[in-house]
Amino acid sequence: MTLADAFTPGTFVDAFRFMPDHAGLLLSKTAEHIELSFAALGIALVLALPLGLWLGHRHRGLFVAVSVSSLGRALPSVAVIAFGITLLGVGFWNNTAALVVLAVPPILTNAYFAVDGVDANAVEAARGMGLTELQILLRIELPLGLALVVAGVRIAAVFVIATATIAAIAGGGGLGEIIVNQASYGLAGVVAASLCVSALAFLTALALGLVRRAVSPRGVRRA
Amino acid sequence: MRSQAAELVFDEATKQYPGRPEPAVDRLSLTVPAGEICVLVGPSGGGKTTALKLVNRLIPLSSGDIRIDGTSILDLDLVTLRRGIGYVIQQVGLFPHMTVEENIATVPRLLGWSRQRIRERVLELLELVGLDPDHDRRRYPAQLSGGQQQRVGLARALAANPPLMLMDEPFGAIDPIVRARLQEEFLRLQRELGKTVVFVTHDIDEAIKLGDRIAILREGGRLAQYDTPARILAEPADEFVAQFVGADRALKALTLRTLGDLDLRPGTWLPGLPRVPVATTLRDALAVLVAEGHERLIVVDEAGEPLGTATRDDLLA
Amino acid sequence: MIPSFGQGSACERTNGWWCTDWLRDHWGDTLQPALLQHVELSLIAVAVGFAIASALAIAGFRFRLVDAPVGALADFLYTIPSLALFQLLVPLTGLTETTVEIALVSYTLLVLYRNMVEGLRGVPADVLEAARGMGLTRVQTFVRVELPLAAPAVLAGLRIATVSTISIATVAAFVIPKGLGEPIFVALNQNLFKTEILAAGGLAVALALTADGVLVLAQRLLTPWSRLR
Repeated sequence: MTLADAFTPGTFVDAFRFMPDHAGLLLSKTAEHIELSFAALGIALVLALPLGLWLGHRHRGLFVAVSVSSLGRALPSVAVIAFGITLLGVGFWNNTAALVVLAVPPILTNAYFAVDGVDANAVEAARGMGLTELQILLRIELPLGLALVVAGVRIAAVFVIATATIAAIAGGGGLGEIIVNQASYGLAGVVAASLCVSALAFLTALALGLVRRAVSPRGVRRA
Repeated sequence: MRSQAAELVFDEATKQYPGRPEPAVDRLSLTVPAGEICVLVGPSGGGKTTALKLVNRLIPLSSGDIRIDGTSILDLDLVTLRRGIGYVIQQVGLFPHMTVEENIATVPRLLGWSRQRIRERVLELLELVGLDPDHDRRRYPAQLSGGQQQRVGLARALAANPPLMLMDEPFGAIDPIVRARLQEEFLRLQRELGKTVVFVTHDIDEAIKLGDRIAILREGGRLAQYDTPARILAEPADEFVAQFVGADRALKALTLRTLGDLDLRPGTWLPGLPRVPVATTLRDALAVLVAEGHERLIVVDEAGEPLGTATRDDLLA
Repeated sequence: MIPSFGQGSACERTNGWWCTDWLRDHWGDTLQPALLQHVELSLIAVAVGFAIASALAIAGFRFRLVDAPVGALADFLYTIPSLALFQLLVPLTGLTETTVEIALVSYTLLVLYRNMVEGLRGVPADVLEAARGMGLTRVQTFVRVELPLAAPAVLAGLRIATVSTISIATVAAFVIPKGLGEPIFVALNQNLFKTEILAAGGLAVALALTADGVLVLAQRLLTPWSRLR
């Protein structure tokens, strides 16, 4: 994991030359990166979203939501990946499992607070009109809190893409494989791959930011 | 601790916001004599709050002048002007991060008073506004009820003993029972302190109860009438004022006088007649007669001793 | 220093989960120095980030025009994956602590800046009107009213920034052999020694949670009024 000794800003020029020369490599690694990240994000969504929404609806488990959130923030991604290797060995599923662990907290916490914070009067009115609990959650609370839910997914997505880079040390593939392997790809390759993964993270964040804006109910401003 | 009071003069005071067809306050001229309570009242859009904020220059004048004891507010440094005026608002605006004591001490501290003097002043003010100097001093605003918060707001405004007080719907957000009590206490305080007070409300009953004089403002910030409550009720200047004070203005006028203001008849103490304390307003006395179906009542003093009688016609005369 | 399965205790030879004897032997030469370096890396990053964010927040609060671009820039920096940011900085600042600190500081800016500006903006209008009406100058209003009332939001941001920085600082070991990431990398590269990975990772979590606890305590002491109601 040593890096070359000569560093100059000119490296960036080399990196931009590297890109067209190795377009096929970068594209396939980017595809792997997306595959790994989205698999983890998808699993985390399935696990955390219903739980967070339901806890928020019941206004239960504030302690769980807060603890999961701060523990999630405190868990060093490197340690989680390394721990995953010792436990599950090297490979795609090991990495996915580690990434899921890191993606769950922001999704769970935001889903909880999104639903928990919905105006109690609106919920009471809905209950008074005879909506079932599930209908209240899906038709009243979720639309009102959706922007905050998406904000949590955005944080998780950025985090997962970043950590998937580190996961390359555990042989999961993706752009990280180039970044941590300067011996094979040279500094130009490392920088080029870094730019690719940054662009990927930025575009994902941008897209989810637009989604968040689109699902913000008109006439409702939430912090 | 009666303090000096200042005479306040509005002289053609005008506030015109750019881009609006009508001024918010239109050539307002009136004089509030030193030591009196002037209530600004009117419908929303009447510019009463704007007129109030012109005085401490929270809103700058467009034209005209306002003078405090003969000095134009425009000739005073902004900070000096504001520190010399007590300001109380409906939402109170207590500083949540300061204790009651620190809130009240804000201006005295800025004025550089000694610790000892500030402490004494705080204790004196807490007593004055009806809070417990020992217990309430160290509490934070969030630990107080709405009524208690407004008492602290009043104490804070009074801290540096300003000769002029501006009060913007101070009791507007408080429930009716506590509001009535605060109004009574405010009047008692005023009898003690004798400040010049400009008081904004949209509630005509509050205006009648508290005002030495009432200024009724109509849409477009024009003064419709400026007079004592009795004269406004007896002789509304025009249709707008008559409508604003309400069709029951004759009844409202009865709240301005008490049984003690009447020439009582030497009485025949018939058994069964209602006995009413001398401090009762004529309106409440009339209510007693209506409720009990009598033509006549016995007026008693604080000890319950009869002073005389009054008939229904006496009350309405 | 590097444990190898060929020697040491039976626990080490069989790559045990928790080899007490290894921990005892290598606390002084491996874990403790890494912990202290980690504290140093994080402390510098949070302190510098706090200073920069404060200056930006005051500007963003006073001049609305500044707010949107600064917020967008902080948000952009936040999205760059840490490992990529390290590598992108290496051609400019080399394999140095500067590289690490620039990246770590970048990540603190978003949450610190946002919380500061929101805290300042969140001061209720009636409180500001009362302050103005009482004749407080702009500076007095800022120092005596707006800053203290923003303190809870600022401290909440500081908690998040501190915990995140301690966590991300483990990645610094990719660039320089410092911090709690270093023992983890050594273990990964050599022999996957579980005890070392667990111990270093556990120390990082413990450090983050301890820092969080200290800041919660500071929050209670500094803003006793914010927990009322």
